[in-house]
Amino acid sequence: MSRENLMLHIHQIQDEMLVMGSLVEQATIQSIESLKKRDKKLAVEVYNADRKINEKRYAIENSVLILIATQQPLAHDLRLLAALLEVSAEIERMGDYAKGIAKVVVNLGDFEIPVPIKEIEQMANMALSMLHRALGAFIIEDAATAKSIPAEDDKVDELYNKVQHQIVDLMIEKPHIIDHANLLMWVAHNLERMADRVSNICERTIFVTTGELLEIESKKKEIKL
Amino acid sequence: MTNQTSKQWAIETQDLDIFYGDFRAVKNVTLKIEPKKITSIIGPSGCGKSTVLRSFNRMNDFIPGAHVKGEVLFQGQNIYDPRIDPVQVRQRIGMVFQKPNPFPKSIYENIAWGAKINGYKESLNDLVEECLVKSALWDEVKDQLQKPALSLSGGQQQRLCIARALAVKPEIILMDEPCSALDPIATLKIEDLMRELSNQYTIIIVTHNMQQAGRASDFTAYFTMDTDRAGSMIEYGVTSQVFTNPTNKSTEDYISGRFG
Repeated sequence: MSRENLMLHIHQIQDEMLVMGSLVEQATIQSIESLKKRDKKLAVEVYNADRKINEKRYAIENSVLILIATQQPLAHDLRLLAALLEVSAEIERMGDYAKGIAKVVVNLGDFEIPVPIKEIEQMANMALSMLHRALGAFIIEDAATAKSIPAEDDKVDELYNKVQHQIVDLMIEKPHIIDHANLLMWVAHNLERMADRVSNICERTIFVTTGELLEIESKKKEIKL
Repeated sequence: MTNQTSKQWAIETQDLDIFYGDFRAVKNVTLKIEPKKITSIIGPSGCGKSTVLRSFNRMNDFIPGAHVKGEVLFQGQNIYDPRIDPVQVRQRIGMVFQKPNPFPKSIYENIAWGAKINGYKESLNDLVEECLVKSALWDEVKDQLQKPALSLSGGQQQRLCIARALAVKPEIILMDEPCSALDPIATLKIEDLMRELSNQYTIIIVTHNMQQAGRASDFTAYFTMDTDRAGSMIEYGVTSQVFTNPTNKSTEDYISGRFG
């Protein structure tokens, strides 16, 4: 087995990607916590910490480009590096969603509004569990697990619908809170998008393993006229 | 040689074995070369890739003890048929070698010589110009055609050898590591030239340079040195697919630098 130098660098990039994943996990948990406790200080911390996630993404991108330029990777190595670019971009966008939730908490300020926190917490836990397992599958190149995770997105979507209905009911009942309730709608939207991003990561795992670029779409997302 | 079948493949081999004495250097190769495309043959040293390339215009005939089993079909005819004239084969299927090897004559004579001895009836001046234009050398040498060919740079000499090969009006050009003695700029010029020439000619290139095979060729054939299979072609396909998602583990190991 040669190319130890290339593999060493690829493993370092994978480690950085996992660190990025845990930063996003942490940011999401804290953003939901700040919403639950209406803790603006914590929300500001989450908001500002997103910079670290972005920096990690640029560092990964740079490392991947250097490896492509200097090591001329091909076949599996090339697919893995291309996937690392894509996956780090997905994780970075997930960080933006957590940051968005933190911003909602800041914008809500002290305004009194009932938050459907139970469902929101459930959505966050599901999305993070999916992310955690998707990154694990990416590292060990487990295509079967990667194929199975996106189906869980349907459950996140169901919760999203439930939260949407609750918020719309709230808006009808108390029209004066529409502006603030709309902010809560964004929280649920961001969590729903997080789960979608996990599906994209799973697609990349399948690409690395098989070379096939598949779009894994849940049946529920198809629309018919 | 005459056209006996409708032309589909530039060259087609059928169960081709090539021997040096008792040693079977190439095993059971069945390969169809797409016309007017660039096909690269890659593989580790000793895998038989140059041997196969040389078999396509009977260059191995010059090696004592070398013989083939199976068929190499050019326009439907087996070029190893005893009725076939190997000189005529080499006229239709030209070769460019690893090291530029111009004759120790003028630039002009290098191109005109083959045509002259073959009794070329038309204007030699026109032929020289046409071949130098096609080999992307004309602009650099048009005012010094009587200069010794050996005074040119390595890259120019190799393009002159390509021009010389074109002068006998071949249909296929075989290239055996044509850039291994050239610097990166001269290498890229040859690759650009290959692309240009592929509009009119079929090009088959043997290269050790993975990036060159990736950059320059449409199809890639991989020959292995694996125990028991040494000298066999184990993967053949569209270059973009072979280089991003090869079907064979041995190809994957070789192209990603994990061979041995």
